[in-house]
Amino acid sequence: MSDNIIEVRGLKKHYLGGKVKALDGIDADIKKGEVVVIIGPSGSGKSTFLRSLNLLEMPTGGTINFNGVNITDKKVDINIHRQKMGMVFQHFNLFNNMNIIKNMTIAPTQLLKKSKEEANEKALSLLKRVGLEDRAEAYPSQLSGGQKQRVAIVRALCMEPEVMLFDEPTSALDPEMVGEVLDVMKDLARAGMTMVVVTHEMGFAREVGTRVIFMDGGKIIEENNPKDFFENPQNDRLKDFLSKVL
Amino acid sequence: MNALSLWFSELKETFISCFITDDRWEWIAEGFINSVIITVFALLLGLVVGVVLAAIRSSYDKNEEALRIRGGIGYYVLKALNAIAKTYITVMRGVPVVVQLMIWYFVILVSSEDIPIAIVAFGLNSGAYVAEIFRGGIMSVDNGQFEAGRSLGFSYFQTMVNIVIPQTIKSTLPTLLNELIALFKETSIAGYVGILDLTKAGERIRGITFEAFMPLIAVAIVYLVTVVLLTKFVEIIERRLRRNER
Ligand SMILES: Nc1ncnc2c1ncn2[C@@H]1O[C@H](COP(=O)(O)OP(=O)(O)OP(=O)(O)O)[C@@H](O)[C@H]1O
Ligand SMILES: [Mg+2]
Repeated sequence: MSDNIIEVRGLKKHYLGGKVKALDGIDADIKKGEVVVIIGPSGSGKSTFLRSLNLLEMPTGGTINFNGVNITDKKVDINIHRQKMGMVFQHFNLFNNMNIIKNMTIAPTQLLKKSKEEANEKALSLLKRVGLEDRAEAYPSQLSGGQKQRVAIVRALCMEPEVMLFDEPTSALDPEMVGEVLDVMKDLARAGMTMVVVTHEMGFAREVGTRVIFMDGGKIIEENNPKDFFENPQNDRLKDFLSKVL
Repeated sequence: MNALSLWFSELKETFISCFITDDRWEWIAEGFINSVIITVFALLLGLVVGVVLAAIRSSYDKNEEALRIRGGIGYYVLKALNAIAKTYITVMRGVPVVVQLMIWYFVILVSSEDIPIAIVAFGLNSGAYVAEIFRGGIMSVDNGQFEAGRSLGFSYFQTMVNIVIPQTIKSTLPTLLNELIALFKETSIAGYVGILDLTKAGERIRGITFEAFMPLIAVAIVYLVTVVLLTKFVEIIERRLRRNER
């Protein structure tokens, strides 16, 4: 087996019988330990691609192999595989009716059959890592956006995932809170987590990314290491895009 | 004797003939109890029917796309169930309850006990409304909550039970109690099929005594007091729920 955690082949997501092609044939490999950053204009299919990786979005064509298993196969139980793919959303999506510790322990206790003590211990140590150990009993509505997103990240980590998917994790934050979330993501990357990140934070892409992918019109237009990607873009659409965002 | 005391003694006589003679007040009491029995059991039946219908409708709403893309028998089963549920709700809400009641009594369950027939008629009808209350509650929960649950590896069912449904209670419980109040008033048509409910009790007294005012006002007061008490109860519950809000 290769060292690819995820292998995507010919991935398509068509709406309205093919009139809208949100994804139009994507091929991509994601290796263990990589931090793949996806950028591109609005509507280019970044979210659709990311959300297809754990089948929150059901692709209409192509295959996704996760650890060598074709998860687009009907017979595969996706719930098992999702446990190993953490996801962080733009709008945090903490469970509103549960306090922070419950948010973080409900999945490990129910799905991984961890004991309450074990799950609590793990959750608290993760909260500590992101500087929120004193907020364990708080409810999501009592946290700031940046705090919520840090909790959302460690909630996903409680399941001990092999890959983390981020869909614009800082886009809904006030500017002064972006840094604290990016710092957590940088730590995570440094610790060797495999990450796929959709973001508009070019600084993050440059500094932390091991590879940057540019999408447009449901296709991957260009991909490269961050240095060459930003300093020596080839495709005109990418050049045009970078001239607008940089 | 002056006019006032004459009026008073007439009133007293009417009162006696309406309620005391032959213990006619017992009809009111029995009618009230029957109305309550029909209401309570109809609501219980309505809850069961409503849960089933809402489960079908919501799982269709949330899983339709993925199932359609994947194909297979499951999609067609759910699609058929959803169509049946929708039709059921349309019919139940489109035909006046009194007509439904008469159809049950004179056409379908001809020889059965009358109170159970009323429970079936009102319960199946109420189920359509309860279903929409539940579905509305589920739809009012941000889909991000659902997606976060699924992304952690919870199945559709686990996500609904652990995360979505607990968040619907605050909005659905008061509405459900209002449905109970509406149902209680609605049962006043049970007399159409010969059931001695509260309204029919008043009718019966009127038929015997040829007094319309006194029995009908008495019936009206019993309805009003019951509804006012129930409404107070709903308000208390609502306040409790709001106080627990975070
Ligand atoms: N249910 C749908 N029906 C039709 N078209 C859809 C549907 N959902 C998404 N699309 C289209 O798919 C395309 C890709 O959307 P997607 O959300 O993946 O873009 P994105 O790159 O994440 O954009 P953004 O930067 O704005 O988040 C868009 O053109 C969008 O309009
Ligand atoms: Mg997006």
